[in-house]
Amino acid sequence: MTAKAIAPIVLGLLMLALWEAGVRLAGIPPYILPGPILVAETLVKDWGTLAPSLLVTLTITLEALAAAVVIGGVLAVLFSLSRWLELSLFPYAVILQVTPIVAIAPLIIVWVNDVDLSLLICAWLVAFFPILSNTILGLRSVDPGLLDLFQLYGAGRWRTLVDLRLPAALPYFLGGLRISGGLALIGAVVAEFVAGTGGNASGLAWRILESSYQLQIPRMFAALVLISATGIAIFLVLSLLNHLLLRRWHESAVTPEG
Amino acid sequence: MRLVGVHGVSKVFANGVKALADISLDVQSGEFLSVLGPSGCGKSTLLRLIAGLAEPTAGTIDWADEGRRGTDLGFVFQEPTLMPWTTALKNVGLPLKLRGVARGEREARAAQALDQVGLKGFERAFPRELSGGMKMRVSLARALVVEPRLLLMDEPFAALDEITRHKLNDDLLELWRRTGVTVVFVTHSVFESVFLSQRIVVMAARPGRVSTELAIAEPYPRRAGFRTSAEYAAQCREASQHLAKAMVTA
Ligand SMILES: Nc1ncnc2c1ncn2[C@@H]1O[C@H](COP(=O)(O)OP(=O)(O)OP(=O)(O)O)[C@@H](O)[C@H]1O
Ligand SMILES: [Mg+2]
Repeated sequence: MTAKAIAPIVLGLLMLALWEAGVRLAGIPPYILPGPILVAETLVKDWGTLAPSLLVTLTITLEALAAAVVIGGVLAVLFSLSRWLELSLFPYAVILQVTPIVAIAPLIIVWVNDVDLSLLICAWLVAFFPILSNTILGLRSVDPGLLDLFQLYGAGRWRTLVDLRLPAALPYFLGGLRISGGLALIGAVVAEFVAGTGGNASGLAWRILESSYQLQIPRMFAALVLISATGIAIFLVLSLLNHLLLRRWHESAVTPEG
Repeated sequence: MRLVGVHGVSKVFANGVKALADISLDVQSGEFLSVLGPSGCGKSTLLRLIAGLAEPTAGTIDWADEGRRGTDLGFVFQEPTLMPWTTALKNVGLPLKLRGVARGEREARAAQALDQVGLKGFERAFPRELSGGMKMRVSLARALVVEPRLLLMDEPFAALDEITRHKLNDDLLELWRRTGVTVVFVTHSVFESVFLSQRIVVMAARPGRVSTELAIAEPYPRRAGFRTSAEYAAQCREASQHLAKAMVTA
């Protein structure tokens, strides 16, 4: 357990040291590639502007993820209840999923007057599909013997959904959620980039754009570090949630003995 | 007294497979009946029809007391078929929950059923924390918790090792004697069917049909000693011959 946590940290520190040494020894100027120490210094120095931006991006990401959970989850349940609904709607979900977000983000920004809302919609569009498709898969992956049992004792569709299909779908849903968490962040950042100067000029992506115009490359890296850290944090939180909910019973979360 | 009557039942699946052809048999109240037959002869299909989980293509199945059909049923599947996300107690209480029995009563009865199958103290265990034999016991407790008149068992112990199977066979007979439940026990093991039952229905395959019926007169209680007795060996030999004949004519 500890070795599992230490290994990537050691590797990361090693890479950072190599990076710092490389930048210093080769004399690479900071506007081409700043060393990690300079990036860290910038992060601290510019925290006053970076922190509010982080908050903006994080808020959009989490709102989009919440919307993806609610809408993806509810659609999955509705699809599992009605074959017709699924047949008619699922293809459109796929179309939304395969259309590149950068291609439709400008349209959404034009159509939706509110910038924050359009960013939210973009991030949601990227995030909701894994939750939808995974949850549908989970709702269907029910032990047929248990379905027989529920039928035998006269359980209706609702009872079967609540007591059988939903718990059976939980591991699949959580798997989709972990993918969607990362995607919501990517969606939020991409949408901000597309919105560019037309946006509300406040998220982390905007900080990156702004820094690149001003050739403030260390600040650009600092913003990038924050985006990555946010992604990692989201992943860790969702993994923890996954572990807490499944550790008693699902193979994926059970810690092996000995 | 007859509990369930199967009259000229046939089952043809949507894909054209003729699983059962003109099966007739009576299940007597309180008896221990085994259905013995080769793999694929339609034993599971027959149980599902009796349980009302599928409809016969032709023929009828009637119950002595039509109004109470199905409500007096326990079903033990070939696999334990437990909900992995919840405890043994909740698993056993499921049939009661689906019937709307209040929580307090449900848990008391489930705990009692677990006790009955020798799993006192494992109420809070999750299925993955139990051995194969214990999972099967939980499954049996779940079938018994509704105090069924008819217990349908589909090769419940086929996947277990011999020691565990013998122990469960002994315990099952004890439960049968104590509760007076009627048992229809599907198996492909000659030894198991002879040890357990009063009557064996031998089935032949393709299409599934009743080949012969034989009675095992040996009185109960049948203990471990019965397994090594000469009468047991003779009965097994006879049943094996019937099974072999059923497989030849198939
Ligand atoms: N849902 C189904 N659809 C189509 N064919 C089926 C279905 N269920 C069973 N069958 C077919 O019906 C026949 C009897 O199946 P069944 O499961 O009742 O056999 P069985 O005697 O229980 O076999 P085993 O001892 O291997 O469990 C088989 O040929 C099987 O392929
Ligand atoms: Mg079978």
